[in-house]
Amino acid sequence: MRRDIFQAIADPTRRAIIALIALNAMTPNAIAEHFDTSRQAVSKHLRILTECELVTQDQQGREIYYRLEIDKMKEIDEWLEQYRKIWESRFEQLDVLLTELKQQKKQERKK
Amino acid sequence: MEFIVNKETKTVTITKEFAAEPALVWDAYTRPELLDQWWAPKPFSSRTKVMDFRVGGRRFYAMVSPEGVERWVLQKYSSITPKTNFKLFNAFADADETPELPGSDWDLNFTGQNGSTIVHISIYNESLERLERMIAMGFVEGTEAQFENLEGLLETLSQKGEE
Repeated sequence: MRRDIFQAIADPTRRAIIALIALNAMTPNAIAEHFDTSRQAVSKHLRILTECELVTQDQQGREIYYRLEIDKMKEIDEWLEQYRKIWESRFEQLDVLLTELKQQKKQERKK
Repeated sequence: MEFIVNKETKTVTITKEFAAEPALVWDAYTRPELLDQWWAPKPFSSRTKVMDFRVGGRRFYAMVSPEGVERWVLQKYSSITPKTNFKLFNAFADADETPELPGSDWDLNFTGQNGSTIVHISIYNESLERLERMIAMGFVEGTEAQFENLEGLLETLSQKGEE
């Protein structure tokens, strides 16, 4: 199954994990301490985040640290920017149409 | 245009003022022959196959690419307050009107103000992933060049209007 960044941010726990490790790379145990859910549940979220390429793992000695890929987060904003552009384009066209309709009405009144 | 994305509530809100009376803006949003003239961002075009603007009615239309590829969208009207508000459920669909779920809930408000109209649209998405597919389906491409085209067109049209 294809994973993407929007799945990553669709879940509140995953958003909280993202916020947490944005500051510092953390071990799964350290992350799990911040949540009421089981260690397994946190691991599952971390796996999904890893599959979305939103976090990467750093092996330091015997510990694994999870680190946020900031650049990947920017993709979300870039994508939303495109969505904004669709509406801008649409509305520019509507502005033109409304101007035309107003002129048509004026001409009809003159007749 | 104001465009706000709230990722937590999965809602996109869009606000825009148009220099026309609410009755005219309402028509542009609710009459198929007018909708098709502006709904699709260039170079796509909008082709409405069915539109029955009443509560329980629907609009079934295709977004057509310059190559002629059709992408169908189904919109079902759940509430209408004439000239003021309407609500719809929006979903991509196949050519037989079978919706691809999840869709999104739209709430469109029209407010008159000194001869102009403020349109406020709120779009709630069950899934942000669904939103992303709009882009993935090739809805938007090479936007820079398109915007230049559009600006050129608008200039031509506004000059005509002045003459």
